Amino acid sequence: MNAILFENVSRHFGNVRAVDGVDLAVAEGEFFAMLGPSGSGKTTCLRLVAGFEQPTAGHIEIFGETAEGLPPYRRNVNTVFQDYALFPHLSILDNVAYGLMVKGVGRIERRRAAEEALAMVALPGYGARKPGQLSGGQRQRVALARALVNRPRVLLLDEPLGALDLKLREQMQEELKSLQKALGLTFIFVTHDQGEALAMADRVAVFHEGKVRQVGTPEDIYRRPKTRFVADFVGSSNVLSRVQCQRLGVDAPAASLRPESIVIGRPTDGQLGLTGIPIATSFLGPVNRVTLDCGGERIVALLAGGAPIPAMGESVTLAFGRHDLHVMEDAG
Amino acid sequence: MIMASEGQRTRLMATPGPRDRGSLSDMLWRNPKLFLALLLCLPLLWLGVVYLGSLAVFLAQSFFAIDDFSGLVTYEPTLATYRQLFSDANFDIILRTVTMAASVTVASIVIAFPVAFYAARYAKGVWKAVFYLGVMLPLWSSYLVKIYAWKLILAKEGILTWLFAKLHLLWLLEAWLSIPIIGGNSLSVSYTGTFLVFVYVWLPFMILPIQASLERVSGSLVEASADLGARPGQTFRHVLLPLALPGIVAGSIFTFSLTLGDYIIPQIIGSSRLFIGQAVYAQQGTAGNLPLAAAFTVVPIVIMGVYLWAARRMGAFDAL
Repeated sequence: MNAILFENVSRHFGNVRAVDGVDLAVAEGEFFAMLGPSGSGKTTCLRLVAGFEQPTAGHIEIFGETAEGLPPYRRNVNTVFQDYALFPHLSILDNVAYGLMVKGVGRIERRRAAEEALAMVALPGYGARKPGQLSGGQRQRVALARALVNRPRVLLLDEPLGALDLKLREQMQEELKSLQKALGLTFIFVTHDQGEALAMADRVAVFHEGKVRQVGTPEDIYRRPKTRFVADFVGSSNVLSRVQCQRLGVDAPAASLRPESIVIGRPTDGQLGLTGIPIATSFLGPVNRVTLDCGGERIVALLAGGAPIPAMGESVTLAFGRHDLHVMEDAG
Repeated sequence: MIMASEGQRTRLMATPGPRDRGSLSDMLWRNPKLFLALLLCLPLLWLGVVYLGSLAVFLAQSFFAIDDFSGLVTYEPTLATYRQLFSDANFDIILRTVTMAASVTVASIVIAFPVAFYAARYAKGVWKAVFYLGVMLPLWSSYLVKIYAWKLILAKEGILTWLFAKLHLLWLLEAWLSIPIIGGNSLSVSYTGTFLVFVYVWLPFMILPIQASLERVSGSLVEASADLGARPGQTFRHVLLPLALPGIVAGSIFTFSLTLGDYIIPQIIGSSRLFIGQAVYAQQGTAGNLPLAAAFTVVPIVIMGVYLWAARRMGAFDAL
């Protein structure tokens, strides 16, 4: 059964089409990411599931039940908010027990459940503190515990890792992923960070200007982007124009080429080649990024750490496998 | 993405500032204590000496008593004035004033909260400006003019009686006025009238602090509460009300203490029975009993002190 179903859903704010004719189906137990730049409609979609927004048009189902007209407090979904939205006047334990408290669960029972949830997110014994006394990463875990203690059928996460520093982000990504697998819950995860979406999700929906541009596995999205926008946004791929494609003997409106599939040197069998002039280079740790000017079009190559860096301003030949060049349906 | 080739590089040069200019600012920057002293000397002189100093001198009078024969103040420490304060007649005044202040405060909270909630949660742009104007505008006109206007509105021949008559509800007004204590010959000579005018005059002082406290409650907290299964009533009780409580307490300090101290409204509108403010006015003026006037003044201060202490104990300031 589908956990979430969107049928031609739109949400307009005056003239702004925040969500514009979206069709989506999220399977039960799936880790589903909604990826897109800010203002692309991904957060509005999440809010439509949570019930904070009502669709202007279209139909939404949560586990087969019509969601339109259903207030947030009657939906068996819970949200982890971007700013965590912990209640500042309540202790951590009361924050986590809040959902049980408003449902009328007894004091002893809800304390036990809240402490269990805090232990699950590795914060046992923190119950007596106030949200203000916790670090960003700890607050994030409390927000997670507060949502999970209600045993939701779908957990919605709105850029939950956005405010954390890099190390903590990577750690939380792994923890979230393993938590989701252990609980077997449906997670819908909103992010503008393509790396995060690719690393965590079973499937990714790429949003742009209120529309879903592509839905697929991370591998699909990364290797076989359907549009220029998806190619560009997911991993800053090189997008080759029709003219460039023709130079390579390929007839297509556009094609994408991953920076890491390019090497410097003459093309061998089954490879294609281009000439370009290196114009900038930067050191990224494991790889070097080289930007080249190929007949007026800019192409970025990621060269392995040990590989020699070509001299600036001197023409070189690039080579890449024929299959690395992915032909796209349209240039938009 | 930043890309720069050899030729495009720009050089940034640090320009040293002149050392001789802004020496006063430099000195204050180096001596934060001197800066604080300069900042606070005028307000401290005013509040500390002129305001608190004279208040202390005045309150000290309450520990003296008036000599019944000569009518002069005897400068010997005594609690005789406080005994006088708790005589039946004077205690009635205190009870009447405190009851009025409490009723005015409760009514103000009930009326102010929805207005403040609307302003903090829904009003945007022009409507926000309309809200501030609407709340503040009454404060711009003279207090006395407003009270005399109310006297006309509440009078037996006034517009309210006329309105009730037009709506065929005169019986309701008369039934209300026939209730002992809060009723009277007309609204303008009843406690009901005094109450209405107090609520009208002090309402802005309740609306603004509540609005300010609600403004700080992030919308996502309300959403989070609903998300966790709380119905709107539960969200109000468990999230909005506790977080707005500092504002409600701040507003009630205004309405409560302003009502406790006012002597003009009960004099113009209401029965001839005294409120604390009128008692202070009468004692220090015509009666010449400065110690009793001072003792009456102590009452609101003590009540407010107890009120703040209780509010603190209840956790009203925990969210601050």
